[in-house]
Amino acid sequence: MLPFQVTNSPFNEEQVELLNRLWPTLNSAQKLWLSGYLAATESVGALQQEASATKEVTVLYGSQTGNAQKLAEKVGETLKHRGFHVTVSSMLDFKPNELKKINTLLLVVSTYGEGEPPDNALSFYEFLHSKRAPKLDHLRFSVLALGDTSYEHFCKTGKDFDKRLEELGGKRLYERVDCDVDYEEKAAKWLEGVLGELDKQGAISVATTSSAQAKPTTIYSRKHPFQAEVLENINLNGRGSNKETRHIELSLEGSGLVFEPGDALGVFPKNDPELVDAMIEKMKWNPDILVSIEEKEEPLREALLSRLEITVLTEQLLQAFATFSGDPDFHALLSSEQEAKRKEYMKGRDVLDVLCDFGSWEMTPQQFVSSLRKLQPRFYSIASSLLAYPDEVHITVGAVRYEAHGRLRKGVCSTFCAERLHIGDKLPVFVHQNPNFKLPKDTHTPIIMIGPGTGVAPFRAFMQEREAIGAKGKSWLFFGDQHFVTDFLYQTEWQTWLKNGVLTKMDVAFSRDTKEKVYVQHRMIEQSKELFRWLEEGAAVYVCGDKQRMARDVHETLIHIIAKEGKMTSERAEAYVADMQKQKRYQRDVY
Amino acid sequence: MEKFVLTPPDGPPSDVERIKRESNYLRGTLKETMEDRITAGIPEDDNRLMKFHGSYLQDDRDLRAERQKQKLEPAYQFMIRVRTPGGVATPEQWLAMDELARTYANGTLKLTTRQAFQFHGVLKWNMKKTLQAINEALLTTLAACGDVNRNVMCNPNPYQSEVHAEVYEWAKKLSDYLLPQTRAYYEIWLDEEKVAGTPEVEQEPIYGPLYLPRKFKIGIAVPPSNDVDVFSQDLGFIAIVEHGKLTGFNVAIGGGMGMTHGDRTTYPQLAKVIGFCKPEQVIDVAEKIVTIQRDYGNRSVRKHARFKYTIDRLGLDAVKTELERRLGWNLEEARPYYFEHNGDRYGWVEGVNGTWHFTLFVEGGRVKDTDDYPLMTGLREIAKVHTGDFRLTANQNLVIANVPSEKKEEIDTLIKQYKLTDGKHYSALRRNSLACVALPTCGLAMAEAERYLPTLIDKIEEIVEENGLRDEEITIRMTGCPNGCARHVLGEIAFIGKSVGKYNMYLGAAFDGSRLGKLYRENIGEKEILSELRTLLSRYAKERLRGERFGDFVIRAGVVKETTDGMNFHD
Repeated sequence: MLPFQVTNSPFNEEQVELLNRLWPTLNSAQKLWLSGYLAATESVGALQQEASATKEVTVLYGSQTGNAQKLAEKVGETLKHRGFHVTVSSMLDFKPNELKKINTLLLVVSTYGEGEPPDNALSFYEFLHSKRAPKLDHLRFSVLALGDTSYEHFCKTGKDFDKRLEELGGKRLYERVDCDVDYEEKAAKWLEGVLGELDKQGAISVATTSSAQAKPTTIYSRKHPFQAEVLENINLNGRGSNKETRHIELSLEGSGLVFEPGDALGVFPKNDPELVDAMIEKMKWNPDILVSIEEKEEPLREALLSRLEITVLTEQLLQAFATFSGDPDFHALLSSEQEAKRKEYMKGRDVLDVLCDFGSWEMTPQQFVSSLRKLQPRFYSIASSLLAYPDEVHITVGAVRYEAHGRLRKGVCSTFCAERLHIGDKLPVFVHQNPNFKLPKDTHTPIIMIGPGTGVAPFRAFMQEREAIGAKGKSWLFFGDQHFVTDFLYQTEWQTWLKNGVLTKMDVAFSRDTKEKVYVQHRMIEQSKELFRWLEEGAAVYVCGDKQRMARDVHETLIHIIAKEGKMTSERAEAYVADMQKQKRYQRDVY
Repeated sequence: MEKFVLTPPDGPPSDVERIKRESNYLRGTLKETMEDRITAGIPEDDNRLMKFHGSYLQDDRDLRAERQKQKLEPAYQFMIRVRTPGGVATPEQWLAMDELARTYANGTLKLTTRQAFQFHGVLKWNMKKTLQAINEALLTTLAACGDVNRNVMCNPNPYQSEVHAEVYEWAKKLSDYLLPQTRAYYEIWLDEEKVAGTPEVEQEPIYGPLYLPRKFKIGIAVPPSNDVDVFSQDLGFIAIVEHGKLTGFNVAIGGGMGMTHGDRTTYPQLAKVIGFCKPEQVIDVAEKIVTIQRDYGNRSVRKHARFKYTIDRLGLDAVKTELERRLGWNLEEARPYYFEHNGDRYGWVEGVNGTWHFTLFVEGGRVKDTDDYPLMTGLREIAKVHTGDFRLTANQNLVIANVPSEKKEEIDTLIKQYKLTDGKHYSALRRNSLACVALPTCGLAMAEAERYLPTLIDKIEEIVEENGLRDEEITIRMTGCPNGCARHVLGEIAFIGKSVGKYNMYLGAAFDGSRLGKLYRENIGEKEILSELRTLLSRYAKERLRGERFGDFVIRAGVVKETTDGMNFHD
């Protein structure tokens, strides 16, 4: 301990002398007691002064080598001693949405490489610098920047944060301090300054940002979809994956749309321009010619892109086309005797195939579009909870692409999302309620979630919801996909939920990592004893994803487990499952 | 227990000391965490222990930011280091390593600067299978990393092959003698059951339950080659050969390359010769040196924990006195020796008893196949017919050693068929280059090294050509961080990464590895590097004295001050 001096302490000469006499005589327990006592009396005084004020401070760090983290933790300790409620977190672990709820923010952040943010600050940095960054009028902040003057971009990340927080409306609590490699002294000064300001200004109460949102005048629905702005669109599959799964975040701000976990989102896609152009080209039509759809006129190309279904063949469509073709082969295919052959033909083919496979077309653009069905919305299980992401909705979209009949075929909506939907674009959406896929009313009820592939989407919403309401029930997730390294959808989020206990248990099966393919049902069997115990405790089981194989296999496995562990016949096991269904303890969202 | 006669350092033990203490002789929770299917990583504490098992967790840093956005954990993978004392491997062992690299690792083999094999990119689920296969090939990874004695280096020099076998035997004995005794390795990786009746409490007679304060490195040089950089070792032995016979070793202690940027209390240091011992005394000397470091090394601050700091704190004489006290006998006066260089000599060389050796240039120590250079396949084909051995050199090259004269033509045909190179068509500069792994797998790297040095040398070679220095041997080394895996500041031209694309540049090290370099320029990029070298190399070409080495020239010309001791490295 350095001796107290008049120059570096707030004490007068006499006090300094007394302190210097007293201090060396104290043992560490006495010192600790004293610091606690002083802090406590200090905070009692503060509390009395501003009885209704909260004293919450959030300290976020972005750290590459650990220095910023250590400093942030020290800052947190000091503030705690002064009676503040402090949250210290890495920028990576901090949910950006929380920004709306906090009023005092301290950043301790270093700069890495050529002026880049440290790894664990990157996503927060990008969020704040993106269009999604919220207004921060309610926020006061101060930045401690760590750096190294031997680098060109000294303390750049800290400077960027400082500037950006101000741009977003934040008030600077205390001027930013930039530190060189020997940061200790300057950091201490900064903390002192911050503390001084906090004392002076008093901690302010949370500015309620419920700025009485203007009620939307339109009720959005399938008929009147809401034009949701795309906030984020990322591929969840790592490099080298066979798959592409898009995680899409949409803004619902101002829509008045609400939903619950388990509901689905209806999305209106646009057709592939390449496909549209190929049809127009084939028929040698003018793409700009006006056609009328539901008494509204628009150019042919536009209508085909966004109003009409061109990838699904139906019986009605083929019959409608019959009038316009003189091709005997086509008429032969349409005869009632050829039903089987016709069904086979329709599988995996689209309108362009019909136009190419058959000839002698005598069809105007208007006749063509009048024969086509209106473009239908696609439905996706919602992957977010409004409690965790107010004013947002997230979906998980697996891009469908396959080779058939000599051409690469693409799922309309999924590849539209994957290839042509950009941040800032507007996507027409509406909410589709699904009352048959809902969390138990009793938050203590254990839940078992089985969702391989994109089937995992609603369970992300479940976890967000259970975390937000502090549900006490146990939870267990079975997930599977092809490869661990590239296809573990939302991996880091499950890991966080496992760590903080929101998710009790997780089992994964990656089918192509081992010689023998492993699927979720195999993991269920491995755990059959415990799974049955959960069922006996009243757990609710949810299955989401592929209907054809997965849901069937999981269903059979469930019956098998109940029969084996419950020592009952398969008939009784089936009755057991039927009973669960009746009690809404076995719900499925399969497609 | 030894009585302390010197002052041990004070301060609370570092966190790694806690991990070791709580680990129950290197077990920790590795068995459980290696089975956790939710992450391909392991917790930090276990990763610290993992090092003692010869491996550590890394991730592909090229993908780190991208994967974070994708809500995927980092692309975790394990590096595995195989202990090969003196760098010697049989053809069967080579084939086993080659197959493992292609089955479980990233399809390449790294020959390290400490004559070990390294695999990169092994996934957690394949770790046990890989380690078992390594052990089946009669190699081990135990103590290839961690706070213990590492792979013992030894000159593979084919010129002195009559003493090589003898010196190599001592390297192996040292390596084996200083291995940890814990059964943890065998239980975790090789499914060894706990033997009934074994004592509950394990014994580590040399290390104790806390092992060493920091890594410990031993190397043996055979003059005139200092290829192992004997002065960079914590403990170096210099073979003394008199009348064709090995009479013993000079003992040098306290070398180490690592330092921390911006911290002048850390510095590279060269080992100092303290005496001579007979061959049969080396084990005794090594054991006592290790126990001195065990007892007096700094366990509070890891960056001050290497043996060199222990010696500089206590004084060389005091350490020597303590050593002789523990030995119960005195070292003899050091014998004269002479080093010429610390590089490798390439191509075919005839050894004794009609055997031949071929030293192959392996750039960056990376054995792999590329479209125009099927190095890995070529070596595999050679290993299939080779009857001698392979020797990994301290400069990341490879010796196809002990080829009987009747086999020479067969091997040579394969060498030609696969265009394996002795590097003769490269500049002498490239042949004397050394780089650590760095990005993307090394967690410590601040800048590129192995992936970048070859292209930098392409550009320096133009300058070299312009100045007629193509055949002038100059050592050039690059590391991605200051820890010094490629013994950076012993390169006459040395680069230490500071951040992406930026390096500190050091000059003035000695060609024979007997003098450290000095900081010349800080934090410079490629453009400045090339312009500095353009000036310096052209001056060197014009102004050098006869036979004067580049490292000596820059000191005489006043470009940098001479570093006479690690302790004035920063001055």
